[in-house]
Amino acid sequence: MQYTDCALIMGANPAENHPISFRWLQKAKDNGGKIVSVDPRYTRTSSMSDIYAPLRSGTDIPFIGGMIKYALENNLYHKEYVAKYTNASFIVNANYKFEDGLFSGYNEDKRAYDKTQWAFEKDAEGNLVKDFTLEHPRSVFQLMKKHYSRYDVDTVVKITGTPKADLLKVYEAFCATGQVGKAGTIMYAMGTTQHTVGTQNVRAFAIIQLLLGNVGLPGGGVNAMRGESNVQGSTDFGLLYGNLTGYLNAPTSTDVKNATLAGHLEKETPKTGYWSNKPKFIVSLLKAWYGPNATAENEFGYQYLPKGNKNYSHINLFKAMYDGKLEGAFLFGTNPVVGGPNAGKEKEALSNLKWLVAVDLWETETSAFWQEEAGSNPSKINTEVFLLPACSSYEKEGSISNSARWMQYRWQAIKPLGESKADLEIIHELATRIKGLYKNEAGPTAAPINALYWNYGEGHHPDIDLVCKEINGYDTTTGKLIAGFGALKADGTTCSGNWIYCGFYPEEGKNRAKNRDKKDTGMSLYLNWSYSWPMNRRILYNRASCDPNGVPYNKEKAVVWYDAVQGKWTGVDVPDFVATRKPGDAGFEDPFIMMNDGVGGVFAPTLNDGPLPEHYEPFESPVKNPFSSQEINPAIQLFDGKFNERGFKADFPIVATTYRVSEHWQSGTMTRNQAWLSELVPHMYIEMSEELAKEKGIKNKDEVIVSSARGEVKAYAMVTKRFKPHKIDGKNVHQIGMPWHFGYKGIATGETANRLTPHIGDANTTIPEYKAFLCDVRRAD
Amino acid sequence: MVEINLNRRQFLKLSGATAATLAVVELGFNEKKAYASTKEFKIAKSTVTPTICCFCGVGCGILVHTKDNTVVYTEGDPDNPINEGKLCSKGTTIRQLYTSEKRIKKPLYRAPGSNKWEEKEWEWMYETIAKRAKETRDKTFVVTEDGMTVNKTEAIASLGGAALDNEETYLLSKMMRGLGVTYLEHQARI
Repeated sequence: MQYTDCALIMGANPAENHPISFRWLQKAKDNGGKIVSVDPRYTRTSSMSDIYAPLRSGTDIPFIGGMIKYALENNLYHKEYVAKYTNASFIVNANYKFEDGLFSGYNEDKRAYDKTQWAFEKDAEGNLVKDFTLEHPRSVFQLMKKHYSRYDVDTVVKITGTPKADLLKVYEAFCATGQVGKAGTIMYAMGTTQHTVGTQNVRAFAIIQLLLGNVGLPGGGVNAMRGESNVQGSTDFGLLYGNLTGYLNAPTSTDVKNATLAGHLEKETPKTGYWSNKPKFIVSLLKAWYGPNATAENEFGYQYLPKGNKNYSHINLFKAMYDGKLEGAFLFGTNPVVGGPNAGKEKEALSNLKWLVAVDLWETETSAFWQEEAGSNPSKINTEVFLLPACSSYEKEGSISNSARWMQYRWQAIKPLGESKADLEIIHELATRIKGLYKNEAGPTAAPINALYWNYGEGHHPDIDLVCKEINGYDTTTGKLIAGFGALKADGTTCSGNWIYCGFYPEEGKNRAKNRDKKDTGMSLYLNWSYSWPMNRRILYNRASCDPNGVPYNKEKAVVWYDAVQGKWTGVDVPDFVATRKPGDAGFEDPFIMMNDGVGGVFAPTLNDGPLPEHYEPFESPVKNPFSSQEINPAIQLFDGKFNERGFKADFPIVATTYRVSEHWQSGTMTRNQAWLSELVPHMYIEMSEELAKEKGIKNKDEVIVSSARGEVKAYAMVTKRFKPHKIDGKNVHQIGMPWHFGYKGIATGETANRLTPHIGDANTTIPEYKAFLCDVRRAD
Repeated sequence: MVEINLNRRQFLKLSGATAATLAVVELGFNEKKAYASTKEFKIAKSTVTPTICCFCGVGCGILVHTKDNTVVYTEGDPDNPINEGKLCSKGTTIRQLYTSEKRIKKPLYRAPGSNKWEEKEWEWMYETIAKRAKETRDKTFVVTEDGMTVNKTEAIASLGGAALDNEETYLLSKMMRGLGVTYLEHQARI
């Protein structure tokens, strides 16, 4: 970050929520870089920025769409990068159309697209048709240009509410990084993703970054600022229903090809790009999970894996619980009664469970949902609740992976407090006991659990070193550790619990997560501090920092380059490329090795809601969509009935968003149970503009009630200059904000903001739309 | 882990003028006495263990000082290139995760219809939970669906894990998939 020429911070507030990251932005600023903050509220980040532009929540695509148009029309994009390193030159087949907010192939009943309509054109031999002049009318470049020609500055400011002068200042500053040798970075967080168009918001960032040649270089990239210390790792390790470890898709029963391992591998494995190695990773994972019970004869245990047939994500999970379809649940350090959307309904849903296991350091609003204090009648709730005391992060040992994929080890500083235990031990004990209950059973229900290979030592506490070795992978015959995922095999002779981490433990006694050599090995990459997957690379796709010949675009900030003398790629970072690939070799000019085509995707024909980001209003909006007659994202799943009441402008004219503060963390359990942090921010509050407060007769510190279609929340008013009414099409639209950290347990208590938020999610990820919904506000008395 | 064992010279250097005054006025120059007085400082002779902050995804280094079976002090790790010793308000107060009286120290159980927690032994908790999980799993397990082997239960959910260690998330992912759980989610989505 310190090497950036311009940081665009949008949908994130790092000065408040990732404070230490801001030190490096300050360094960038000291080096002459610019900081740009785009946010509905003038945040602590905004106060540190060179340029600030407000926008109404839920209008990121118009904001960036306008920037794409600006970059293209003013010739500010990086021409060589766009032509050679992106799919801008690809020709899209003639079926592709875009009319009145809909892409071709839309099925209204299913609220889904036939994505084959957006496929790239291929010649008779099956090769992609390209036009490097970018002039073909069906080239991605021209289609994109046409698509965003509608996002002119006047329409954009009319919908975002951003003052025109501020908008243009942002466009000018950020597009200046399109110049060869310059680097711009985009930093985002949940302010970007928690929308019904969340994925497309990030896609819009990716498109502008590819156009400006800002991906794969120091000071560049699209950076997700992770909110939890190991949300990177837990995602890498497959704690989401759709992925096994290492981003391998979980097989589903909805495709007949998944009936066999051979069919699954064929379906999942592209012919080109690095993913063509996928069978090695899948078979090695099966060997790690099923050990000697995974053989060539039984498809390496593939049939033991569960095959789902639907969307099992958070909102759907709670819908199933609300409908009484779930009997039991395990919660590991999570508090959905405060953190989940439409939290009142999520609390109600819990009482439909027969049993609930909560593993936590504290009694949370979730594990205590049955108490009178929670507004429940305990005698009417039959859920058995098991609350298992977990210890904190420094009372045990293990590694976590940060936003930059640095896998850092944490040593045990002290024994767990009281009878609390490490989650590792709790999981191990539960697995061992459940396996024990099945030990003497045969038959199809017992088979998958009996086959699960669970071999982490004899004691109650598992041997973490054995777990680490299994994650890295070893030769299943000799037990020798595997040096890197390039050595994994698809024949069952290697195992690896998570292929992207393979290489962190390359030989006996060398767990590289424990590396603590603080010497700067060049460009502040610190290659000998911790380990960064894949293969200790610090900057992903760093080949793109060089021109097609392998010469760095910016020699002063070079990280990798092709060395003609040695005949290979070298540098201060580990090349994210085949190091021995020479000029003239096939693929030498294709930097994006994980992409099937080797280039960055300006056009993404795989997403559920279209290959190019298009603006739709949030599920609840006070404004009409000026770009088309499609008001909301046509591909989102709608939840109806009592589970999700929808609010409209007539009753709820004010836009609301949730946010976080520096002193509290997520649902607050970790911080509201501590004395100092509780004292620093002791109360739930509703932040609003002076203008709205005046209209409603509210003074600072008055008690107010915020209402949405889902419920009401009482809190103190915090009247600030940080919010200003948005001028939308000439009229004032008010927006308020509120922290979502509070609940009734702990030292600092307050009402829960998420009782107001809706059960509606993004078209691709079903991430809830916490960041734009409708409400009203009034004085409490 | 590093034993911090300050000699008198380092102690004076660290403590600055206050300590120097103390040393001169109250302790004289008796090396032994001066050394003894350092024990009054909380972090003298403490054991230092490096850790990484458990809050946001930046990954700041923290040093945990322990002594006499408790956490006496925490501070930013100056060696960690991410934060170079600096911390935010949450990272600074991380000691209170250990010292807060709100921590649960015993397994707690709430029976159906009950209005209170009961303390239980781990052994009973593990055994009972394993039984419940097996009962639900056996009752709801689906082996095949339209002729395809699917081996799943849609009646058990697992939620959370973004604050766990990698090794823990790995075992959790493996165990839940092993049980056939499809409702598997964590905080990446919320």
